[in-house]
Amino acid sequence: MNFPEHELHFFQKFGLTGRLIERCLGEALSAGGDFADLYFESIASTSLSVDESLVKSASQGVSAGCGIRVLSGDRTGYAYTDDLSAERLMRAARTAALIADGPSKQTMAGFRETPKASLYPISAADANAGIAPKLELVMRADRAARAYDARIVQVRAGYSDELRHILIAASDGTFAHDTQPLARLNVYVIARDGSKNSKGGSGGGGRVELSFFEGDKSPEHFAREAARQAILQLNAVPAPAGDMEVVLGPGWPGVLLHEAVGHGLEADFNRKKTSAFAGLIGRQVASTKVTVVDNGTLPSRRGSLNVDDEGSPTKETVLIENGILKGYLSDKLSARLMGMADTGNGRRESYQHIPMPRMTNTYMLSGEDSPEDIVRSVKRGLYAVNFGGGQVDITSGKFVFSASEAYLIEDGKITAPVRDATLIGNGPEALKYVSMVGNDLALDEGIGTCGKDGQSVPVGVGMPTIKLDRMTVGGTGR
Amino acid sequence: MSTATPISAAAHKTDLQQLAADVVERALRAGATDAEVVIREGDEFSTLVRLGQVETLKESGARGIGLRVFLGSSGSHRTANTSSSDFSEAGLAHLVSGAVDLAQVTSEDPFAGLPEAGAMGQLAGDLDLYYEDVYSLPTAQRIEYARRAEAAALAADPRIQKQKSDGGSFDAATGRKVLANSRGFVGEYRRSYCSLSAMPIAQTEQGGMQRDYWYSSARTLGRLDSPESIGAEAARRTLRRLNARRVPTQSVPIVFAPEIARSLIGNIFEAANGDSIYRGASFWAHQLGQKVASSNVTVIDDGTLVGLFGTSPFDGEGLPTRRTIIVENGILKNYLLNTYTARKLNMHSTGSASRGLAGTPGIGAGNLFLENGSVSAQQLLADVKAGFYVTELMGFGVNMVTGDYSRGAAGLWIENGELTYAVEEVTIAGNLKEMLNNITAIADDLEFRGSVASPTLRIDGMTIAGE
Repeated sequence: MNFPEHELHFFQKFGLTGRLIERCLGEALSAGGDFADLYFESIASTSLSVDESLVKSASQGVSAGCGIRVLSGDRTGYAYTDDLSAERLMRAARTAALIADGPSKQTMAGFRETPKASLYPISAADANAGIAPKLELVMRADRAARAYDARIVQVRAGYSDELRHILIAASDGTFAHDTQPLARLNVYVIARDGSKNSKGGSGGGGRVELSFFEGDKSPEHFAREAARQAILQLNAVPAPAGDMEVVLGPGWPGVLLHEAVGHGLEADFNRKKTSAFAGLIGRQVASTKVTVVDNGTLPSRRGSLNVDDEGSPTKETVLIENGILKGYLSDKLSARLMGMADTGNGRRESYQHIPMPRMTNTYMLSGEDSPEDIVRSVKRGLYAVNFGGGQVDITSGKFVFSASEAYLIEDGKITAPVRDATLIGNGPEALKYVSMVGNDLALDEGIGTCGKDGQSVPVGVGMPTIKLDRMTVGGTGR
Repeated sequence: MSTATPISAAAHKTDLQQLAADVVERALRAGATDAEVVIREGDEFSTLVRLGQVETLKESGARGIGLRVFLGSSGSHRTANTSSSDFSEAGLAHLVSGAVDLAQVTSEDPFAGLPEAGAMGQLAGDLDLYYEDVYSLPTAQRIEYARRAEAAALAADPRIQKQKSDGGSFDAATGRKVLANSRGFVGEYRRSYCSLSAMPIAQTEQGGMQRDYWYSSARTLGRLDSPESIGAEAARRTLRRLNARRVPTQSVPIVFAPEIARSLIGNIFEAANGDSIYRGASFWAHQLGQKVASSNVTVIDDGTLVGLFGTSPFDGEGLPTRRTIIVENGILKNYLLNTYTARKLNMHSTGSASRGLAGTPGIGAGNLFLENGSVSAQQLLADVKAGFYVTELMGFGVNMVTGDYSRGAAGLWIENGELTYAVEEVTIAGNLKEMLNNITAIADDLEFRGSVASPTLRIDGMTIAGE
């Protein structure tokens, strides 16, 4: 193909040429690899914070580099450089090439550009945009949190954004480029009442422009939410301990799906048969009311991408349909080795990292129950609406997620708020206990970050209100 | 363990030191009142061998530069930071002008600023942090380390799976860090690191699958445990998790294995973190001099211990590292502070500034540990009639404001002082304020496998949630 050299970021700013891309791929395959790809990345980021009502820090950063990967069977060779000169790129290609051990056997086909959606604005998080409007967001959040209640004694509000340019060229002809904005506003508060202290936190964002924060997702919205949580926690009672009925609210509690099933369905673990879900395709892994998808194509969402970090278009992939396990999330390597379709889930933290199957936005589809009926059906249990992080051991299947806002349910009514508690379950079993699914699917506010093998990527989760007939709640109470 | 003593800055500048000093000078010329530059350069290598075959091989290096500037006078400063991977003339010019421009929009803060010149310095002598061998070893031999570790694990027992494994890995890294500021500090150190691990999978005939791992890390190859011992220990740890069951909800003594007790020492670090203290975001705020733990508890942070993982000659702001007693015989003696948090609290920095490329300095520990107790781990267990020996914790359920603690756990049940069957899918919960006061026994098996270390310890009064 003819590269649109005059338009592309890396051609303009770093002097990259189509000829150099071809030479690097040739060098990468010079020892007999089956496949090679180049991942160019350049990021400009800004972060600001208001702390004790002062703008204590403001930071900007730029980084750029290229990661070169060579596949040979199921082996991966990887090298990267933060210097995009021809000499250093060729040296990285030679290093990665050594995973294979033989004569060059590849002939390069021509490139074809991956057709690409436009899920997000690209002027958005431009680091060159004025700092003043960003500063105003955090100042407004600070004022709103302090105005909420006199017991709010500390407020920290932060705004961060980045604009990431990527370009991917692969020996299978893949050629893709994208410009990905990401913005996020966070508010953390401390409340004090006599000797009692508590904290609250809230935030949101996505692949959005600054105007996103001018609507209902305003700094005031997040500030009041953080303050509300902290004030509520001042009078929380100990969480109960043991197995009980649990109702999870809509939105961020979808982190349950991310931990309980999402990671276990990443294709690399299943290719290696180290996941508790290995071999369960077509089997019942959840109640018939449960349908779970991973969808990288939702406009403006934090977990969305026009193309993944291997240059493949993102998709909507059904993981569980009416309780039956349907599919895995794959990247190019797992798709090839497992003989399955590439679902466009090959992601990486940066040019310094090897791509692997990762989630995008993972959520459960709405059911038919009303949230009110769901709560009413519980005699004694827990209603959890906000969570911190979670974790899973994909081999044993055991997962946890920690509630930061939860209440007791007594005789069908939501009563006292409880202190922080971790919930634990077994991935292939937990969703079999889902007995009611609400009609109120919501996605999270856009602050999720997922870690796997030391790599962090932005993700989204979502869920309607659901009822689990049994789950273990890790409190200290009765 | 020996320690070194502070001296003044080095006399001869290396190329990166010169570069750092030049950028400091440029920032001052651009209008900064004070400036600080950090440069990091590192190489990394990693390989994973799975089922005897190389699965990944990664080798590369990168560098970056970070600048912090201050604008102001008479003790009140605005501050801003920039960072970059671009060392070209244009890149450095942008780094400097960007920081000075950005600082215009920040607030004047009477507590912001570089440390006083008299506080800065660095440890002299060889801290035993850098060895060429971790990076000069030929690739084939690195792969061989990983292969042997996995092979030893796979050969240990028939229940260790021969067709599925998370493999064996060998990692090596070297890093060079340079710090310079406008108050005369210039410092540089290099550190090397290598680690070896094995991650086998075990399965019973009924199909229940478990994985665990074991590792060794060191600054030089010569101090790594043998691949065979790593593999054998990884297999032992994985096998003992098989046939795990749940236990009923109850309150019994909890014994934390050393590698898990470390995480409690990490919680103590967070509680003593000056950044949380001045905000009132730690349950240890306003507790200095108070009893915060059982009288057998002494916790120390020491960045001067020769050859250890948390050792460095100076902190992220150019202060010499030192030994700080955090808790002594149960009494809270010191917080961990950098220059900013010390000024906020009207105290002195403990040389605990941590500095990445971007952002303002945070708080970091050196080598953080709980001092040994007087009983053997075996005796400590023998005293427990019924209890839970925790070998794994999951999740992030620790609230440092309230001290509320609730985490997923797995381990072994203790009956009449003996480890019996495996336990999983339960939580352990309590409140850290009470937990630290209920440390009823500490063993004498402290060993530094990383920068945070603890002996085996026992805590009474926590709740297990299960069936």
